[in-house]
Amino acid sequence: MNRLTEQLVRSRVWRSIFRHGLPLSNRARAEAVFYNFFLHVHPTKVRRRSIKFTYTWGLGGLSAGLFIILTVTGALLMLYYRPSIHQAYWDMKDLQFVVSSGQFLRNMHRWAAHAMVAIVFLHMLRVFYTGSYRPPKEFNWVIGVVLLVMTILLSYTGYLLPWDQLSFWGISVGTNMVRAVPFGTGDRISYLLLGGNIVGENALVRFYVLHCFVIPVAAMVFMGIHFWRVRKDGGV
Amino acid sequence: MEIKKDFNVESSSDAKKVPKRIAFIKSRTSARVRQEEEDMVMTVPNLVVREIIAFEILVIVLAIISLLFNAPLEWIANPEHTPNPAKAPWYFLGLQELLHYFPPIVAGVIFPSLVIVALIVIPYFSVNLKQEGLWKQSRQQTLVVLLVSVGIVSTTLLLFSVYVMLVPTLMIVGLMIVPYVSSRESGFVGWLATRPLSWWIMTWFVTIVIVLTIVGVLFRGPEWTWTWPWHEIY
Repeated sequence: MNRLTEQLVRSRVWRSIFRHGLPLSNRARAEAVFYNFFLHVHPTKVRRRSIKFTYTWGLGGLSAGLFIILTVTGALLMLYYRPSIHQAYWDMKDLQFVVSSGQFLRNMHRWAAHAMVAIVFLHMLRVFYTGSYRPPKEFNWVIGVVLLVMTILLSYTGYLLPWDQLSFWGISVGTNMVRAVPFGTGDRISYLLLGGNIVGENALVRFYVLHCFVIPVAAMVFMGIHFWRVRKDGGV
Repeated sequence: MEIKKDFNVESSSDAKKVPKRIAFIKSRTSARVRQEEEDMVMTVPNLVVREIIAFEILVIVLAIISLLFNAPLEWIANPEHTPNPAKAPWYFLGLQELLHYFPPIVAGVIFPSLVIVALIVIPYFSVNLKQEGLWKQSRQQTLVVLLVSVGIVSTTLLLFSVYVMLVPTLMIVGLMIVPYVSSRESGFVGWLATRPLSWWIMTWFVTIVIVLTIVGVLFRGPEWTWTWPWHEIY
């Protein structure tokens, strides 16, 4: 078995994919990070202090993990959901009663979304209380604030999509708050968001596009910068 | 002949007092920077294994929650029928609670903008870089400034009868004053004494956010009146 593994790891095909052997020596372990697209956000070596669980509580990583879970469950939900006021609610009912594991899928997406808002907020608190916003990381803190706002907007735009009483009035309350912005600007922002004066068909499509494409893509870009800067500033 | 000096030689280990330094390198010593040895570990496996475990636990916990609790789905949206109370999602209920006390322009626009601006500028405030405790310097002056600002804030809150903010504010201020009254240097009091002003402001902000959100989620019923969570309102 061991010989078989060794032969596999040494084979041309394996080497063409991974370019390094099993992480048995420190050299191979470093190469495993260095030559891997996904792991190269990390340095090859990290401070023992900065990966201590009770220092970070893993909150940044968990936020990223929740984003992955939400992307996967969200993509699956998109297969069964049509953003139209005549179909949206009945698609939710179908998810509940017709689609296999539809309810479970929706539950996962919903609870992960709530958890993400809470955990991103907690991550911000952790960074504040450990003083990790101090130079040279000032700007990464600002990017973090942008990501917090994006998380809330993602959750909020998703809130309308089921098109039930909870969504409709939740969004109505929120967009009414936007209307309070003075000099007619509030009305214009609200009109732009809703595609009209009331929460209707246009609002549903706009929130759908924002929720499934615009904000996630923007968030991914900001996350990329956020992680890259963490690494450049001597973190994980 | 006297050489005119345009510098002072001063010995100090404080880099902030004496930012520019001259190093005298004698022939016997090498110009090596003494650095603290940081304990480094390999990312693979130390960090990556932890990440994988954390992600797996996250998925398992979410899956269990999703099996036990269903996401809410009420009746189809009906613009004709306004639920009472109409609540925003939980993370906006703090704001909605404020909307109950202050005019919309204050609660819906000024407060949230101020919070976001305040959060953004946090790292650019380079005061108190050493993170010294609140009472470290000029205790009397600190007390006067603290009492005056708390007075202003509390009066405003009283005027608008925002007791849900007033009570936690006064509790935090009470804790702030503890190290002024007691000079114990150990235990909880000693720990409070080492907290800098920025810590107090953030802690106050977070407490207010949590209290407002909890009140908005659990304690508000029809017409936004105070309702105990165990009262069935529907």
